[in-house]
Amino acid sequence: MSVVTTIDAETGVTAREVNPRKRKIAPYLLIAPAIVMLVVAMGYPLGWQIYTSVHHYGLAQQFGKAAEFVGVDNFTTLFSSSTTWMVVIRSLVFCLVNAGLTLLIGLGAALLMKAVHKAVRLTIQIAMLLAWATPVTAAVTIWIWLFDWHHGVINWVLSHFWPSMVHFNWLGTPLGFYSVATLIVVWMSVPFVAFSIYAGLTQVPDEVMEAAQIDGATAWQRLTKITLPLIRPVLMIVALLQLIWDLRVFTQTRMLQDYQDPLNVDLLGTYIYRMGIGQSDFSMASAFSIFVLLLTIAVSWFYVRELIKEDN
Amino acid sequence: MPSTQETTAQETTTGQLGIATGGPVLKEGVSLRVRRIGKVLLALSGVALALIWAFPVYWMVSSSLLSNTTLGKSTPTWFPSSGTLNNYRTVLADGRFFDALSVSLRVTLLTVFVVLIFAFLAALAISRFKFKGRKGFVLALLFIQMLPAEGLFIAQYKMMANAQLLNSVIGISVLYIAAVIPFTVWMLRGFVAGIPAELEEAAQIDGCSPTGAFFRVTFPLLAPGLVASGVYAFLQAWNEFTVALVIMQEPTSRTLPLWLRAFVEGSRAREIDWGAVMASSTLVAVPVIIFFLFVQGRMTSGLVAGAVKG
Repeated sequence: MSVVTTIDAETGVTAREVNPRKRKIAPYLLIAPAIVMLVVAMGYPLGWQIYTSVHHYGLAQQFGKAAEFVGVDNFTTLFSSSTTWMVVIRSLVFCLVNAGLTLLIGLGAALLMKAVHKAVRLTIQIAMLLAWATPVTAAVTIWIWLFDWHHGVINWVLSHFWPSMVHFNWLGTPLGFYSVATLIVVWMSVPFVAFSIYAGLTQVPDEVMEAAQIDGATAWQRLTKITLPLIRPVLMIVALLQLIWDLRVFTQTRMLQDYQDPLNVDLLGTYIYRMGIGQSDFSMASAFSIFVLLLTIAVSWFYVRELIKEDN
Repeated sequence: MPSTQETTAQETTTGQLGIATGGPVLKEGVSLRVRRIGKVLLALSGVALALIWAFPVYWMVSSSLLSNTTLGKSTPTWFPSSGTLNNYRTVLADGRFFDALSVSLRVTLLTVFVVLIFAFLAALAISRFKFKGRKGFVLALLFIQMLPAEGLFIAQYKMMANAQLLNSVIGISVLYIAAVIPFTVWMLRGFVAGIPAELEEAAQIDGCSPTGAFFRVTFPLLAPGLVASGVYAFLQAWNEFTVALVIMQEPTSRTLPLWLRAFVEGSRAREIDWGAVMASSTLVAVPVIIFFLFVQGRMTSGLVAGAVKG
């Protein structure tokens, strides 16, 4: 962050005098509105959440009884439940599979965009933009229709190869449910990854690649020994962003749950939703929310470090 | 598809390259053919990738034009040649779409307006001033930007319930503004930092006040950054589902994404009318897609200039 500070050092030299005290409080006045918004909409709820997570908050408290302090009891209850652990493990696996697939396909698409003729590249880019721009609720609705067990086009295609796929109810089994959710997430996320990596690839100088080719490097060697190391910063940032985003997947799973007995397919977000909004168990929901926030911050830490590194 | 001219041109270059490095002349013809086949295969897989990625959107629009009887046939109808706009009439008939549109517009415009002002002021502070706590503020922004809505929405729900702001445009806008501010500040900071302070100083030497120099010189140069941030805030607020789901539970206060889900739910009570459902998806998605395609060049350059480079 080196670009920043010229003005206050140099205004002294310019024609007009600026009151130094005014200079001092000005930045605080400028960030005040943003800070007020963040404190009101996030700070206060966060405080409430921490408070609630260490208190017993049940039905009686709904009617005004003071909540009783219980220390870490809520956390102990929460994490001695195998349901909770199943949700955590499922979410981690879901996150890794989704982020991995997205990165692989995104990288492949970016390399393809670099390799093909301009017209083909433009076609890919427009198609990807369509997926990127589709609002998530609309995207989920479309995919539910594509996967519809009765009239969906996917079952129609698959039934030509596997006759048993006629009328296969995708959302009726956990594995089918996660497959559909994964397809939606990957379809929506690949464009951002592909565009970012493609932007990185255009920065790789052609001379380097030509030199390597003349020296006899195979295409695979050029990819793994030159291209990937050169675009490592971009790869790191999109990978970390993808991990964070796929950990917090909510809209897709929540909307797909409308179609399936929801109890055994919860991921982090829908689990909180069920406890908090569904069962009004605010203590448990708060305790688990804090766990999710900590988990996110742990992953974000690497991301922020990369960003700061890029920034310097 | 690649034009033949360009393909040959490229191959000649590679061919020459092979000769220049003393590549075995005998193999030249074979490797040329292999290369050409490779090129064609790559182009074909590129087109296949594009078709797969665009298909869901095409299928949505196509299905929205077909009747439920046609969609229920055992073989899919690939081209909506017998298409009508009947499904749209069905969807728009009860007016709920327009209620949701109005809620979405009010929430989004309020969010964009406030975010632009607040984020701009904060971006100015962190890129033009040195002050105690600056680094902490920037770090906090970066972390807050990554926080998942699901990690806070129960608490936000309770807060809005206590403040009597459930189902209100103001209530949800406050949450959206706070959710969007961190990233927009970070993005705008890049733009402000990209404008040399010397420009302002020059204007001051020419007799402008610092404020005047700022508004006459720096501010106009910031327009692309403000547009990019505004577009970002707009898309976030317009498409948001998670927070809206808990805050806007009344049927009359639904935003467009909630209306879409409710419409599908309502259709599920009977046998799903997929034509109408796809028409409602199209109504939600297509304006956003057109807007996105229109602004995306500016957007991505903004994202890159502001967020990645700095």
